[in-house]
Amino acid sequence: MTTSTVDPATAPAIVPNFGDDEPTGRRLAIICSKGNLDMAYPGLILANAALGEGVETHLFFTFWGFDMITKSRMDDLKFTMLGNTATHMPQGLGGMPGMTAMATHMMRKQIAGIGVPTVPEMLEQIVASGGHLWACRMSADMMHLDESDLYDGVEAIINASDFIEKTDGAQLLFI
Amino acid sequence: MTVTTIAGRDIHVDAEGFLTEYDEWDDDLAKQLAEQIGVDLTDAHWQAIRFLREDFRAQGETPTLRRVTTVAGIPTKDLFVLFPKKPAKKMAYIAGLPKPHGCV
Repeated sequence: MTTSTVDPATAPAIVPNFGDDEPTGRRLAIICSKGNLDMAYPGLILANAALGEGVETHLFFTFWGFDMITKSRMDDLKFTMLGNTATHMPQGLGGMPGMTAMATHMMRKQIAGIGVPTVPEMLEQIVASGGHLWACRMSADMMHLDESDLYDGVEAIINASDFIEKTDGAQLLFI
Repeated sequence: MTVTTIAGRDIHVDAEGFLTEYDEWDDDLAKQLAEQIGVDLTDAHWQAIRFLREDFRAQGETPTLRRVTTVAGIPTKDLFVLFPKKPAKKMAYIAGLPKPHGCV
């Protein structure tokens, strides 16, 4: 039987492993398909978190998610109680005039209250962190929009095959 | 609580190696911490690290990347160059602070 004692003076220091020596090649693709205020955030928050961990991240905005990158709408996304039982309010209330505006106002206040930025600011941060924003060709055609209508950080309008090609081997999230 | 030896001193760290005692940190230790994770400290690094230290003392928590950008005015892009790949965590480590808890 052997015993060993570790001399603290010569023991290796405990240093966090930031994974610099082991490139994982991890990539993340996030498809944003919703234009509601509450459904815009999950993709943006996850993209921001992934970038902060050194993960190459691509976002593809399609259908209603196009509102998130359309200049005229991106800062005006709304939240509705309708069809959302998680508000625990009577559904009939959500359909009354002014309720969507009120619910949106309250949600914006809550989001700002915990220091989370607006949708355009989140996009700005994602681009500054090296994230890639792509717009869906079919959505652009349907809505008669071109690159001049879109947030400046969007790299290009591409079709679905292009996105699949660009994100070869990536983990994929559909929101 | 774990004690490790850095630059000939006993330093309290958590399981991952992040410092747990605010007052055990000083400039010399920061240089050693930076060297251990392959970061060469320049004035630009120090600006970020000093902000982290001051903000933690005032707010009681480690600022997130966004806070360093909006409050200290250091562009996010620059932070990714100064502290590659995982800037928020690397800054926190060199500044002798816990990892940031905030999501954004």
